[in-house]
Parts: sequence; C-alpha cells; structure tokens
Amino acid sequence: MKRHVLPSSVSQVATITKYELVNYFRSRRFFVLLIIGLIISALLTTLVGYYRPSSFLSSTLSFYSGWWAGSITFVIILSGIFYGGDAISGEFQNKTGYFLVANPIRRSSIYIGKWLGALIASIIMLGVFAAITIANGIYYFGLNIPSQLWESLLFSLLYLIAVLGFTFFFSSLFKTTSMSILVTAILFLFAFTLIQTLVEALVKIEPWFLITYGAQIITNVLIDPYPATTTQGFGPNAFTSYAATIPEGMAILLAYFAVTAVLGLLLFERKEFT
Amino acid sequence: MPPSESGLSAPSITAENLSKHYGSFVALSNLNLKIEGSKCVGFLGPNGAGKTTTLKIFTDMIRASEGRALINGIDVHLNKKKALGSVGALIESPEIYPALTPREALSMVAEIRGLPRAEARKKIEETVAEVKMNEWLDKKVGKFSKGMKQRINIAAALLSDPEVILLDEPTTGLDPRGQAEVRDIVKELKKKNRLVFMSSHLLNEVQEICDEVAMIDHGKLIVYDSLSNVTKRFSADGANVVEIELSRDIDEQSLKMNIASLANVSSVERLDSRRIRVHFSGGIQNQERLLSDLVAMRIGMISFRPSASALEETYLSLIKDTL
Repeated sequence: MKRHVLPSSVSQVATITKYELVNYFRSRRFFVLLIIGLIISALLTTLVGYYRPSSFLSSTLSFYSGWWAGSITFVIILSGIFYGGDAISGEFQNKTGYFLVANPIRRSSIYIGKWLGALIASIIMLGVFAAITIANGIYYFGLNIPSQLWESLLFSLLYLIAVLGFTFFFSSLFKTTSMSILVTAILFLFAFTLIQTLVEALVKIEPWFLITYGAQIITNVLIDPYPATTTQGFGPNAFTSYAATIPEGMAILLAYFAVTAVLGLLLFERKEFT
Repeated sequence: MPPSESGLSAPSITAENLSKHYGSFVALSNLNLKIEGSKCVGFLGPNGAGKTTTLKIFTDMIRASEGRALINGIDVHLNKKKALGSVGALIESPEIYPALTPREALSMVAEIRGLPRAEARKKIEETVAEVKMNEWLDKKVGKFSKGMKQRINIAAALLSDPEVILLDEPTTGLDPRGQAEVRDIVKELKKKNRLVFMSSHLLNEVQEICDEVAMIDHGKLIVYDSLSNVTKRFSADGANVVEIELSRDIDEQSLKMNIASLANVSSVERLDSRRIRVHFSGGIQNQERLLSDLVAMRIGMISFRPSASALEETYLSLIKDTL
C-alpha cells in the first residue's frame, strides 16, 4: 500500500478543466454550439454579400458594429446556457457528482475547474466567430481593422466571464438541470431586456444594476462618437436614453462576475448530495 | 494502536456524536462508532436507518448537524482533501460522465489522487481487469448497463490502493456472478490489510465476508461487535435454523413428540400446516444428522434448507420495523 502525495488544488483544478473539455467535445455539445455559430456567420455572410446593406458597408465601424456587436451577445448567452446551465445542477441531477465529490478534492476546485472548462470552450467559440467576422471585414474594407473592435472583443470576453459566473450561480442554486437552464435562458433572452426597458421608461432611473446594461459597452464602443445619456422631451413626458460609459460597463460586468461567482461557489460548497 | 503495513498507524474511522437532522426528521442520532484496524465491518439496517447518511457524512457529501466524522483522526468536513486522501469510496450508485470511457474516467480519478502517469495506466488496467471490465476499457460509459457502471465505480474506489474503503451497497445492480466477484474482491482487500466499511441489505453477504457488524435503526446504533459475538448475544438460543417443507399436513403432536425430541434440536415452530422451522445446535455434522433423521421419519419432507442465518435471526430480533 503506497501513500500517494495528493496534487495541489491548482493541479486538481487543471484536471477537472481538462476532463470537462473532453466531456464537452465527446458529448458533441461543443460542436452543436459551434455549428450554431457557423450558421449565424454563414447567414450574415450571405445576406451582407447579397444585399450589400448600407447600414453595414458605410464604414468599417458600422460594419463591425452591425456584424459583431449585433450577434456576439446572443452567442455569449448561448455559450452560457450550453456550458454553464447544467454544469453544477447536472452533478446533482445526473448523480455524476457522486463519482467526483467522494474523492480527495475540494469542492471549490471542482467548481473552478468546471468554470474554466466552460470559459475555454466558450472562448474557442468566440474566437471562431471573431475570425469569421474579421475575415468578412477584411474582404470589404481590407486590413483596416479599427482599434475599437479589439476593445469590443475585450468587453465581449468580460461579458462572457460575467455570464458564465451568473449561469454557474443559477446552476448551483437549482438541483435540476432544466430549471437552471430555463431560468438562465429566460433571464438573458427576455427578462433583463424587458426590465431595462421598463426601468428606463417608467421608473426613469439608470439601470446600472442590470448585466445587459453593462454589456452595452460591447456595441457602444463601435459607435463614433461614443453614445451619451440623452433626454428627449420635457417634464413628465421626458424620456431619457441611458448609455453606460466604458468604466461603468466594465464595473457592472466585473461586479456581476464577482458577486455571482462567490455566491455560486458558496452554494455549491453548502449543497448536499442527499 | 498496531502499526499498519505502510508503517503508519492502523486505519480508523470514527463517528463522534454524529447526528443529522432534516427539519424534524432525524436521519442519524448521536452515532458513536470507532472502527480501527484491518478488517471488514458490515453496516446493517433497514431502509432509511441512516446507513447511507453516515457514509455520505464520511465522504463530506452531506454535513453532519452535530458531531464529527474522522478518518485516520482527521475531520472529514474540516480537512476533506487530507482525510479522503487514503479513502476509496463508493456511495450509492454514481453515474460516470456518459461521454467518457472508463479509461478516461479512471484517469481523471488517478490524476485527482496524484498517481504518477505510468502507475496510473498500470493500475487502471489492473483494477478494470479485477472487475472484469477490461474489454470495455475504451468504450463510452453511456452505453453501459447499471451493473457495468457499478463495476467501474468499484474500480474507481480501489484505484489508488486506499487503506480505508467505504462501500455503500456495492453489489447493487450486479447479477449473481457480479455479486460473488465483489465479495471475492472484498475478501482480497481484507488479506491486504485494508479497513472496509460496507453497508448492505444482504445478510448472507455480510456474514460471508465481514469480521464485525454494526447495526443501525432509526438513526441509532443498536450494536457493534464481532459477528460471532453479535449472533451469540442476540440469537435466542445461539442456534442454527432450517426450514422444512412437507408434502402433507403435519399435526402438532408429531411436531412436538417426534421432531422436537430429535438430537440437538432445541425448538420447533409450525409456520403453517406444511411448513416448519427447526432450531438446532452445532455445526454442519449436526445439520447432516438432522436431515437424515427427518428423512427416516417419513413425514413427507420435500425441502430442507437453512431458512435464516444466525445473523438474520439477530437482525430480525433487533430490528422490528422496516421503514
């Protein structure tokens, strides 16, 4: 009988990440999402190539704003749902956690490892989508890639991090995969946008507490000049259109990630395999 | 504390005032149990008695409401990684990621447990061969039956050669051959000086492979002792029991006058008009003699079989209800 020296928690995180990625590739989940991304890209390529819309082709910024910013938030939300939706709840519902948790590994290592696996898989997805976008941009405008695109890519990555933090939190909150996936999908695809519209129109306050408001910086950075908060009309009929500044947007996204990551981790630490 | 083969102290698991409540429901009540040394301990009790709850607390899958669970003196909840470093566990029937192969799933466990790559490869092949799954090593787990998955789970529990092994009904889902193979694996573990703590519903399984037995009911420990002490202490007469089936009715008088007076017979019960239960003392020779005496009596005996082991009798006398 040999006593093996247990690896560090960092090594164990890397192990979980590695097998999470193997699991994504093997279960075809990764390729399904990749195909969805490729279909979106193919549709945009065909439509823009055939109709040559002026809203896309008037300038490099409008092209990248229309193509990248118009689609990437949807792709990120899909990644969050595909990779994060059942990442933790699945361990309880499918009982795969029973195989993993009874080993000498901290739950935090499992959580972080799975989160990193989801992040890497999503980044590959984003990378493919970005490559197709830039290839189209080069076709229409040559190598003149605006610096704002790189900023938008960076903000997209930040949004992805926040979305995955959020989806992992919901995945820790629920024990059934369908519930965690459904709640995440409803929130990101409908609820946040609806709340933002209602808050701006009826309550008339800046919706700084919404992740989707912070994510506006992905689009806004590709608009020249950068949009500002503006009010139209007077008195009770006045309507204010809010625009998150870059520091505000980054702070919102980082705060969402920090809060949901900590809460999700705490929930997973406390949750019992009953 | 005698030294173990590794030169370290003997493996131990200890429950100190361990309780688990779910609201008003008490799943485990003030369990105190210390198991030490190389042996196999059977953990028995009816459904909902607290067996799986105990094992889950020992693997930190659930938290105790009160008390501590220690493995080799280390609190599982406070230092799970260190406490489970020398433990192989199979709790309930875990599912393995269906897209992975047994080789990949076991490689993940080996990496988590820090087995060097070459050793891991060798150990994976050895343990998978031990559970007779070598032909399936590179097939996706998603296609496996429940019994096949359970074999891989057993391989995962044994992979790192742990000194403490926690098994929760390990033969669940296995066919009779699979059950026999698991029993052989546990017997081999005993020879290798491991501490095996195994819950089971199968009393014959526990009687065959365990040295000691702990019985639990309604979350409370009823008895923990060696198998022989438990059966002696709680069996009505320390007797063996056979059940006999007859082709014709037997009257009360023949029962008492003829069968009860046979050598070594301590008592006779009439289960119905054609079935009786005979308690007798002694070993296999006395059983053989009893059988020949009954045949000679020409009472129409059509079957003669041990109806309940001493352990079963003890179990039934101690545990009255099944939840």
